Amino acid sequence: MKRNLTILLLLVFAGILLALAAGFTYGTPLASDMDDYFIRFGQAQIATNNIVTTIVFDYRGFDTLGESTVLFTAVIGVSLMFRRFFGGEDDADE
Amino acid sequence: MQMSKIVRLSADIMYPFVVIFGLYVIMHGHITPGGGFQGGAVVATGAALVIVAYAFRDVKAMIPKVLLYLQESGGLLLFIGAGLAGMLLGFPFFFNWLANSGSLFGMPVPIGPNPGELNTAGFLPVMNIAVGIEVWGGLSLVLLYMLSGVGKEGY
Repeated sequence: MKRNLTILLLLVFAGILLALAAGFTYGTPLASDMDDYFIRFGQAQIATNNIVTTIVFDYRGFDTLGESTVLFTAVIGVSLMFRRFFGGEDDADE
Repeated sequence: MQMSKIVRLSADIMYPFVVIFGLYVIMHGHITPGGGFQGGAVVATGAALVIVAYAFRDVKAMIPKVLLYLQESGGLLLFIGAGLAGMLLGFPFFFNWLANSGSLFGMPVPIGPNPGELNTAGFLPVMNIAVGIEVWGGLSLVLLYMLSGVGKEGY
């Protein structure tokens, strides 16, 4: 009984979301000034065909620096947690 | 514990191709879809292949951990250093000072659709290579560490 109620609630929720999404018109975004700027000037300024790489590594390069730092920190955390499995405490190159 | 001889031989044959494909994705990050993160993940898949096929104590000798540490730190240092090198020449931090300069990776591209040239994009290939090296070392290290506990008891 309770399970059926959960499924019904989920279906109603999905239906509401789909009804909301059906109201949107695709292909005409509200704000496209930034996209137009990247597409128009990306090739001339950065000399790259790949606009996605241009944005990720140049226009938003500082964001990528943060991403790399996050990966670095994650590796440090994993190596701290799993150190005892890796040859144990008496490992020579630890 | 290691897998059968068929699996080990298949891993041996596949490993160079996986690594070369990952390096291709890293190197062509500014022309084709992909880039440093994706290519580094592909190369780390090759390390996962070796780790799955062989016993852990053999893998420890096969894949030197110090090299992976150096790769990870060196990649991040190269990334930050390429951003800082522009400041020495009077540009802002992370300014693309190699683009359209005519030197390494400094060729301009024609505006509009064109087939693409490897020697373009300024320091974006340098950044891609730096991030690729870092992700290669980092993800391989994470896999090596996490799979080192498989089969151990007590924790």
